[in-house]
Amino acid sequence: MAENWSLVKRKKALQQRTRILQGIRQFLTEKGYLEVETPHRVPTPAPESHIDAIPSGTWFLHTSPELCMKRMMSAGYERIFQICRCWREKERGSLHLPEFSLLEWYRAGGDYHSLMEECEGLIRFVAGTIGLGKRIVFRSHEIDLSEPWGRISVNEAFRRYSKTSMIEALEQNLFDEVMVQEIEPNLGVDRPMFIHDYPAQRGALARLKREDPTVAERFELYIGGLELANGFSELIDPSEQRERFRIENKNRQSLGKPIYSMPENFLAELDHMPPSSGIALGVDRLVMVLLDVGTIDEVVAFTPEEL
Amino acid sequence: MYTASDLRKGLKVIIDNGPYIVTAFEFSKPGKGQALYRTKLRNMITGLTIDRTFREGDTFEPASLEERAMQFLYKEGDQYHFMDNETYEQIVINEESLGDAKNFLIENLNVEVLLFRDRAIGVELSNFVNLRVIKTDPWVRGDTSKADFKPATLETGYVLRVPPFIEEGELITVDTRTGEFSKRVKE
Repeated sequence: MAENWSLVKRKKALQQRTRILQGIRQFLTEKGYLEVETPHRVPTPAPESHIDAIPSGTWFLHTSPELCMKRMMSAGYERIFQICRCWREKERGSLHLPEFSLLEWYRAGGDYHSLMEECEGLIRFVAGTIGLGKRIVFRSHEIDLSEPWGRISVNEAFRRYSKTSMIEALEQNLFDEVMVQEIEPNLGVDRPMFIHDYPAQRGALARLKREDPTVAERFELYIGGLELANGFSELIDPSEQRERFRIENKNRQSLGKPIYSMPENFLAELDHMPPSSGIALGVDRLVMVLLDVGTIDEVVAFTPEEL
Repeated sequence: MYTASDLRKGLKVIIDNGPYIVTAFEFSKPGKGQALYRTKLRNMITGLTIDRTFREGDTFEPASLEERAMQFLYKEGDQYHFMDNETYEQIVINEESLGDAKNFLIENLNVEVLLFRDRAIGVELSNFVNLRVIKTDPWVRGDTSKADFKPATLETGYVLRVPPFIEEGELITVDTRTGEFSKRVKE
């Protein structure tokens, strides 16, 4: 018997993981998406308050392929997807790895609502390719994948699941605590749930809602209380984007974090980007949900601690 | 000085002037939000557990504890007796303060006893200990319908999941940090 038992026992999960990746590629390719690869090592990450990049020489390992993929959109690539490794400093827990796999896809035309529908279709298709039906079990919840999935605004979710309103939570700087402790465990427990329309300051690269500019056209997908994907209608106004980055950098500075230089090439080309929407989905977490496992460690060959 | 990102199971920190050990730890980061570190902390003197959520940037003093090499002698009710390897002095620690360590204590096992202001409050084990399986279902060779794991009871009374090929009476290595099966010991 081999010595590395933890690796031996992950074999089934890793075989399923590969089938899931193949399913993702098949679904998106059939929808006319072009699979692309962009550099993992970049001169500057997108300035965001709470996302920290791991330095690599004088550059950084990317925290997501977002900026490069949007530059491709600006150059006329209308439907693209990428599955790649991303790195985020000091993110480690049973649901986080500092190096993880992200699926991002972008489409010209259509807003975040159309992307939610496509995301539903993708996950249902992928579940089918590994032999799952419409009902799956995750974290002891029986979850119905048939359409339509749930939709709830952030504002309404605070009203329904917490004594603190969204406004109060923002004022008292408790938004994240309430979200994690009171709201997340209720999201997606009988069917997957999209929670949408985040406060404007929670979407540095998302377009604000025309009818209500205090919120961004951004959503997250939850299944069984686990956050799986983040999507939004893309902000394509370069001067507004520059201002948002400036504010994010200001937040970083006040948190004692290094500030990141402006991604000038991205900003210069953003003018040419058509109205688009884009989404990032955690591949490791999707595997966790479909295989009903409790920790992210069980769906990768090696964790950093095992190297 | 520790910061929140140093938090992990087993870390010993001073909170509200008392020594605490982190017994459960969950890293959370809601989309685009800040990192939150949700912990369960056990007071190493009273044994009481509290829930506490920390944010990125929170800092703590390490609980500086004296460690003394001792040997586990025997258990009497919920009292565990140890002997100092140098002075032969004997001390007693109650089950509550031992936490998960009680699952791995067999007679004559060498441990590090932790003292906080001269008071024995817990033990530190080596990462791996060998323990004998005293009860588990037999392995039906070739039966692939069985699950990948089966329960096994160790000589300390601790129950864990082991691969199906482990038989009663065998010696196995257990990872004391996770409480999980690590490997079979060839005797």
